[in-house]
Amino acid sequence: MTAVRHVDVLIVGAGPAGLTAAARLADAQVGRVEVLDREQQAGGVPRHCAHGGYGSWSRPLTGPAYARLLVTAAERAGAVVRTGVTALDWAGPLSLHTVGPAGPETIRARAVVLATGARERPRSARLVPGTRPAGVLTTGELQQAVHLHQQHIGERAVVVGAEDVSYAAAATVRAAGAVVVAMLTDLPRARTTPSRAADARLRQGIPLLTGTTVTELLGHARLSGVRVRHRDGRTAALPCDTVVFTGDFVPDHELARRGGLTLDTGTLGPAVDGSLRTSRPGVFAAGSVLHPVESAAIATREGAQAAGAVLEALAGVEHQDGVPLAVAPPLRWIVPNRVTPAPAESGLPHGLPYILRTTAPLTRPLLQVTQDGRTLYRQRLARALPYRPLVLSARWTHLVDPEGGPVRVTLSGR
Amino acid sequence: MTAPAHGAVTRRGPLPSPPYDIAVVGAGVVGSAIARSLAHHPHLRIALVEAEDDVGQGSSKANTAILHTGFDATPGFLEARLVREGARLLAAYAAAAGIPVEPVGALLVAWDEEQLAALPRLAEKAERNDCTDTRLIGPAELYDREPHLGPGALGALHVPGESIICPWTTNLAYATQAVRHGVDLHLNTRVERASHPDGTHHLTTSRGTLRTRWLVNAAGLHADALDRALGHDDFTVTPRRGQLLVFDKFARDLVRHILLPVPTALGKGVLVAPTVYGNVLLGPTAEDLDDKRATVSTAEGLEGLRDKGRRILPGLLDEEVTAVYAGLRAATEHEDYRISAHPERAYVTVGGIRSTGLTASLAIAAHVTDLLAGAGLALGPATELDPIRMPNLGEAFPRPYQRPELIAADPEYGTLVCHCERVTRGEIRDALTATIPPAGLDGLRRRTRARAGRCQGFYCGAAVRELFEGARK
Repeated sequence: MTAVRHVDVLIVGAGPAGLTAAARLADAQVGRVEVLDREQQAGGVPRHCAHGGYGSWSRPLTGPAYARLLVTAAERAGAVVRTGVTALDWAGPLSLHTVGPAGPETIRARAVVLATGARERPRSARLVPGTRPAGVLTTGELQQAVHLHQQHIGERAVVVGAEDVSYAAAATVRAAGAVVVAMLTDLPRARTTPSRAADARLRQGIPLLTGTTVTELLGHARLSGVRVRHRDGRTAALPCDTVVFTGDFVPDHELARRGGLTLDTGTLGPAVDGSLRTSRPGVFAAGSVLHPVESAAIATREGAQAAGAVLEALAGVEHQDGVPLAVAPPLRWIVPNRVTPAPAESGLPHGLPYILRTTAPLTRPLLQVTQDGRTLYRQRLARALPYRPLVLSARWTHLVDPEGGPVRVTLSGR
Repeated sequence: MTAPAHGAVTRRGPLPSPPYDIAVVGAGVVGSAIARSLAHHPHLRIALVEAEDDVGQGSSKANTAILHTGFDATPGFLEARLVREGARLLAAYAAAAGIPVEPVGALLVAWDEEQLAALPRLAEKAERNDCTDTRLIGPAELYDREPHLGPGALGALHVPGESIICPWTTNLAYATQAVRHGVDLHLNTRVERASHPDGTHHLTTSRGTLRTRWLVNAAGLHADALDRALGHDDFTVTPRRGQLLVFDKFARDLVRHILLPVPTALGKGVLVAPTVYGNVLLGPTAEDLDDKRATVSTAEGLEGLRDKGRRILPGLLDEEVTAVYAGLRAATEHEDYRISAHPERAYVTVGGIRSTGLTASLAIAAHVTDLLAGAGLALGPATELDPIRMPNLGEAFPRPYQRPELIAADPEYGTLVCHCERVTRGEIRDALTATIPPAGLDGLRRRTRARAGRCQGFYCGAAVRELFEGARK
């Protein structure tokens, strides 16, 4: 039997969401706040994102600098950040089995925050046929190889995907001294800002093959090329020694699922309400485990929101269960994906805005929130773009009937 | 007693020039088992010669990982006897060596009347193969045993003796034990030509000439080519490709037994089986090919497997696919194994070892050793081999991260590197310094499971590579 140790709040995952929650909670003097991370370094994905785009407008930072800042802030506030410790499984509703170099330990908390992040689906999960050579990577592995370990990755790389992470992967390939042979996407256009797409294509000379899929990996010991097919039926073999499968993130929901937490069918992450409470009382979730994947800024906002909800829970505030929130195409998912009616007279803030993703670009679309045929809210957006999260205000949540059916959110063109 | 002198493990450079007493060509599960069997005789100078850079790189690494009972073998065939004997031998060896085995049992599920009608005949065949504990079960018990089975199953034959096993550890255990008892393992040594000019075999290889008085051909897919080079024309290997899908560990709870198809005139279906690593396998396809390197998966193959898997276990298709692989079985035009001694040429062929080779491996090795002795090889005195204990890769037994006493003695066993498969730095270090170290990251994966999980290296790939490259410096 391993000993049980008690903490006040246990946070799993020391990325932007987990560290932000830890800093807030430690600041609020709730007792022992402990963050676990299975990696040797805290900081999460920004650790290996050597590019900028982190921090604030007034203080832009690279990923690694931002990761260090978050760790320092959490520790300075009094949180304990423990690296090299893995949360293996649940030992009880609010306790976890862990293991690290010091051995196994069961940690029981008064509240648990899951901030376990997301990963890219690898080649096998995408069912890309062919051989199994070396040189087949995801962005996560590529960035760690290049930026954390200074490893040689190859000479000629094909980048599969054309969204923000794909362009970051292309930049990493180039930083490692290799050539990006092409980027390709099965979509009709790149899923990034037009300026970023144009910069890669025109200034860096990276061809973008749209409407194109990888149909086969070639080569025995080492990748020798990828066979591709265009939507119009044309095929080609692109010689390369490296292929990077980018994007197509899935939440790292292993702990959530092992704990029997309700998952949202759209995001595959744990279902949460506006306070980021999961289906299990005392367990909260924040960051990319909720939605694959948004910016570090959104993750930190969620970390702060979860911290607030943890404080309420520790203070004994009871909450209703709420009703599910569902989206219809072209919307892919919405987070939070349950809604607990907020008392209108309480004067409290309505919580975080809801974020959504669409598959189709729309100009001046209408976001509409209904419950049992009753319209709760309408919001006209300037535009909906697949490469940007849509933001839906939470100003309607007090209108939700807690006894009613699911709340539906739709997006329609003019 | 002195410890036996280790053999050499070489991957490059010239081969030793003095002739060996015996050389085994092919370090798959069969060749390695034969080398291990011969290693009982310390007076023999033995070489195990392998074309690839590691042991078990052909059919031995990419199969369905089942320890068969031999219930469906053709009674009277050599294969039937060797599978039956081999299953018992390997079960005992695995238990002693720490090779993970789970006796989950198999269910041959009948989905139509024709298949249902075939079950009693299979039960009777099993009886003739000394597999006496099979039992026909009706749909109620079937669905009770397998609640996630797709609708429409009519009944099943339960074969309790079928087990799942780790094929990689088995192959590596044989080869490691052989090397520890003096067998030289020469990797990256492809036999290109063979001649027998002066009572000694001259094998022209990619690393120069290797001379040996006796020769065992366990070259698997390439056994026919070597056999012909030595003047025999006994069989032709037609590689039969099997593509397989490995599903996420979250699928493991969906299935309790090995779900086998019922063979009928219309051919064999696919199986769904748990793995000792805690995943679920779906496959294999069966495609007769010409190319002995065609271990590629195809879109049609994978789609076909998914269609069949959806019927057998609908929930399986909702889970992520962790890995896809394709293996080639060494099928020949003959139904039975082709194992024969040619005393005049001091040569034994071990051909046509199909999907049952893993199960039968120890019995094949004993059989081949007997054939060699009968053909005139002076084995000399026999000794017991030092027992071997392999690192455990199976979920049914404690892994290092689950062993507090091990972590207390060495914190490296509490330092997880591969998070999906929970592989520790201690295990990776051990594999890199083992008797037969891996040649690359794939070899390391088969020894430790590092990078074999659902993220396929997203989290740990670069860190594992760092440990591997650090060990080579």
